[in-house]
Amino acid sequence: MNRPILTGICIVGIMALAALAAPLISPYQPAQIDAGSILCAPSSAHLLGTDSLGRDVLSRLIYGARISLSVGMIAVGISTLLGVVFGSLSGFYGGSVDAFIMRCVDVMLCFPAFFLILAAVAFLDSSILNIMIIIGLTSWMGPARLVRAEIMALKEREFVEAARASGAGSLRIIVRHILPNACGPLLVNATLAVAGAILLESGLSFLGLGVQPPVPSWGNMLTEAKATLGVAWWITVFPGGAIFLAIIGFNFIAEGIRKELG
Amino acid sequence: MNMGKYILRRFAGIIPLLFGISLLSFAVINLAPGKPGALENSLNPRISARALERLEKLYELDKPVYERYWHWLKRTAVLDFGRSFSDNRPVIEKIAERLPVTITINLLSLFLIFAAAIPLGVRCALRPDGILDKVMTAAMFFLFAIPTFWLALLLMNFFGINLRWLPVSGITSLNYEYLSPAGKAVDIFRHLFLPVTVSSLGGIAAMARYMRSSMIEALAQPYIRMARAKGLTERSVLYKHAFRNAVMPLITIMGLSLPGLVGGSVIFESVFAIPGAGRLFYEAVMMRDYPLIMAEVVIVSLLTMTANLLADLSYAWIDPRLRDKR
Amino acid sequence: MSGPLLSVRDLSVTFGRGAGEVAAARGVSFDIGRGETLVMAGESGSGKTVTSLAICGLLPEGVASVSGSALFDGEELIGMPPERLRSFRGGRIAYIFQEPSSFLNPVYSIGEQIAEAVRLHRGAGRAAALREAVKLLEMSGISDAQRAARSYPHQLSGGMNQRAAISMALACKPELLVADEPTTSLDMTTEAEIIGLLMRLKQEMRFSLLFITHNLAIAERIADKVAVMFKGELVENRKKDELFACPEHAHTRELLAAYEKVGRF
Repeated sequence: MNRPILTGICIVGIMALAALAAPLISPYQPAQIDAGSILCAPSSAHLLGTDSLGRDVLSRLIYGARISLSVGMIAVGISTLLGVVFGSLSGFYGGSVDAFIMRCVDVMLCFPAFFLILAAVAFLDSSILNIMIIIGLTSWMGPARLVRAEIMALKEREFVEAARASGAGSLRIIVRHILPNACGPLLVNATLAVAGAILLESGLSFLGLGVQPPVPSWGNMLTEAKATLGVAWWITVFPGGAIFLAIIGFNFIAEGIRKELG
Repeated sequence: MNMGKYILRRFAGIIPLLFGISLLSFAVINLAPGKPGALENSLNPRISARALERLEKLYELDKPVYERYWHWLKRTAVLDFGRSFSDNRPVIEKIAERLPVTITINLLSLFLIFAAAIPLGVRCALRPDGILDKVMTAAMFFLFAIPTFWLALLLMNFFGINLRWLPVSGITSLNYEYLSPAGKAVDIFRHLFLPVTVSSLGGIAAMARYMRSSMIEALAQPYIRMARAKGLTERSVLYKHAFRNAVMPLITIMGLSLPGLVGGSVIFESVFAIPGAGRLFYEAVMMRDYPLIMAEVVIVSLLTMTANLLADLSYAWIDPRLRDKR
Repeated sequence: MSGPLLSVRDLSVTFGRGAGEVAAARGVSFDIGRGETLVMAGESGSGKTVTSLAICGLLPEGVASVSGSALFDGEELIGMPPERLRSFRGGRIAYIFQEPSSFLNPVYSIGEQIAEAVRLHRGAGRAAALREAVKLLEMSGISDAQRAARSYPHQLSGGMNQRAAISMALACKPELLVADEPTTSLDMTTEAEIIGLLMRLKQEMRFSLLFITHNLAIAERIADKVAVMFKGELVENRKKDELFACPEHAHTRELLAAYEKVGRF
């Protein structure tokens, strides 16, 4: 366990725990409006201050962690799964299957992810589930290429021949022999992708197209920050800081895994 | 020598790409759960039955999907994207007037990224694990993780409001018309300073790291030893031989990072209230202005594809090995 | 001018520092006379390459420390300031290496790279240098020299690349050519051609040759003297005939046993 991994796991771990234990540790309800304490600076009553509706920033931050972390993980779960499937098909069968899938990858890479996601959100409603699915559907290209490269590299190697000789079917060969080799890079890619997904969701929510208020998301807390610029620095600093920390945490983990792989 | 053939081959490879882009774009618009007319209907309750009928005809909802696609494709090929829902102006006009701003800012960012990242990366590579390298690596790591819109807000808060050094919105001041040419230039510069800086910081971080590892790898190559054995000055060895090889992969990476930059435009144009194509897209999405949304998606992806193509071609131009490959 | 061209005394090369120190070469001493061919034989890791690189200061600075003496035409190379040393490299002492394709820059044409050497040491202009490059390629036995000059390393075979490397090395009429396993990665026929080319050019241009190899068969054909390296030390250094007649060191005998026939040249 090297230092980057430990640091990263600490950061992410704390956030995850806070998210899980939100009802227990959150000082206020996230939607609790208190007209008397609008835009209060951080104080003993409200550790991180309040927003323009008098809601406690800290509590909203904690509940926001639930959204961000879950969107990140599930979206990446989807994209990794898709990527593994397509990459495996591409790498193993080669030929026209490979050509077709790689063309699809090229086409998808021509669309800025954000544009595609925004367009999709315009046409469907912006439920959290939809956001997860859409982010997942637009990020499978990376893992696909990884898996494909790994399979192509290992396809001709002896142990695959040996497995085939002993009668193993293609699927079995892929799953048991080749994919485990791809695990390392896939894990690095997935970890970085979670950070990316969190960033995407925050961006979407910031623009008002992701998680809708009053459900707190770090991104939509920052929407308010734009309106209160110069007046309430805590609304800018803390939610944004949370996003930043989450990204750093996952980046550390990815860096650590990369180091372990050598 | 083989450059011509390579160019032809690449262009031929675009056709399936164009096809795919058009398919995907068309598929996205047909995600709309209700009929396109339904939204206009709900926006304007006094819409008559005749008007509804005309709308249905317009969107050819009575025709099968492939016919719709074909007609849409034909119209798109001549850049006829229909009219915007919000003000009934031709979509292509609205985009054309906003696109230059976005392109300018992105190009400036790209330029800044390269101008800053390349020297930094090379410097770090020449003294790996030196003080500068360690500081830079740490700084890059953090810079890379900062969400652009957060950084934008923070900087706006700090420079724009607290210090009042820089303007925080738009690309020109109110009194722009009355300024001298020099004054105009300065005004635009002051307005663009924050947006361009913010959008480049992440890119600088990433590119500097790439440059560093690419340079280190290049310096470890056997031909560097040969170059030294020939008696070349260290400067020649570094820049004529190592750097030339090291910088090549960065060109493709630049092409690949373009979608990210353009995608980012949406957010920070909104933050900085810049009248660009990104913000136009955002407004279109908010208002469910479908023709505009569609057009932007297609245009942006075409531009991205072109940028990738250019990056590929220039890579082939500078790396002779690629021209002969399959 | 009398006396040996290159006189190496007690050359030692160490890598690393402190506890992790590794002596790649220890107390190596030998002479190369003018017009003489010294074949340095040994297995990989025996220190032959390191020794040859150390002479011209081609080992990475921070990593390797070199001690001892290397007198080239009366001047001490070890510890010479880098700018001065650079004038020796390529101009008076030239190198060719094992895998020519890797040792040539992939993004410049062969002609450009040879011309670079010409311009550096003979101060010619660009066009003149390129013309000279073509002539040099012809001298190295390449038939379509114009075309080769415009080609890139990846477009030529290993043999042709090595000829190009030889042209590059001899562009400035060096007094000493160091050839570090130049034919090891070539097939037997090409190997014979290259060795033949080297010996012919050596006779015409009258340079000294330090030929590094693990194959004593080559030594038998071309050497005046043979030096055997074993684990960083020079264990034998004698005239060729004497060495082959009665080899002293055990390792020499091992090398003799691993004799790989060389084609006719």
